[in-house]
Amino acid sequence: MSFVVGERVRVSDRAHRGHHRTPAYLKGKTGVVERAHDSFTNPETRAYGDSGLPKQTCYLVAFEQCDVWPSYSGRPRDRIYVDVFRHWLEEAT
Amino acid sequence: MSDHEHDHPHSPVTFGGEPPAAARVRALEELLVEKGVITNEDVRRGIDWLVSRSPSDGARLVARAWVDAEFKARLLENARAAALELGLDSGPSPVVVALENTEDVHHLVVCTLCSCYPRALLGPPPDWYKSLPYRSRAVSDPRGVLDEFGVELDEDVEVRVVDSTADMRYLVVPRRPAGTESLSEDELAALVSRDSMIGVALPETPAVASSR
Repeated sequence: MSFVVGERVRVSDRAHRGHHRTPAYLKGKTGVVERAHDSFTNPETRAYGDSGLPKQTCYLVAFEQCDVWPSYSGRPRDRIYVDVFRHWLEEAT
Repeated sequence: MSDHEHDHPHSPVTFGGEPPAAARVRALEELLVEKGVITNEDVRRGIDWLVSRSPSDGARLVARAWVDAEFKARLLENARAAALELGLDSGPSPVVVALENTEDVHHLVVCTLCSCYPRALLGPPPDWYKSLPYRSRAVSDPRGVLDEFGVELDEDVEVRVVDSTADMRYLVVPRRPAGTESLSEDELAALVSRDSMIGVALPETPAVASSR
């Protein structure tokens, strides 16, 4: 499955033991795909001596700050952009 | 656990006088050299290259973007290709992405997981960039952080924090200060600080720069 720019996606809320690049503060949050980057080796397996293959597409995803931090005190339009690997993203309705 | 008494638990900070991570890296390096994968000379040259990079490289890109709209478009589209036009090679990996600050949008870059930074174009990151307070607060309270850095933004500017968590590195192209129409590209580059390319400062104005 791949995603297109503008598509709404949800960050998987699963736990993961060991190295991974998905920030805890994003798990379960819904955002919008801003860019589809290239594909990269998977740091979750590469960190432990594996090849990191298959490569995973990395997406820049935009989240509303107010969704991410319930007590966010900035402006309502402020956003946070985070690179998230494809296997951490789900379709959002 | 630590061998000293205080209010939080953590792993030993040192191991025989050497931090564990440093010991591991040294062991790996020795092994790679022993197996002929790399040489000590390769390591030395790699370190030399990294520490020889400086924010003046990034500043050259920004200044060129300010004076040449087509170059700016190419920089935002493909930062490495644009940098190569100026003889600067950011390398194939990690991929550098340039983000433009505008009247309406201000970007602030952080790496919450560690210290990801466009070293190839800015040199080594400042210590505060790697500190826990910056990494945690930049994402959750960017306006508070900007305020502490002395950045005043217009009320309706959207703050976009970019958390560099994976294989991409972000470089902010700050807004060109007013009153710089008559400056040369080199003079403009001198106004572009490292911090303005991280997003925690605005470029200097000509008056401030000349009073230094």
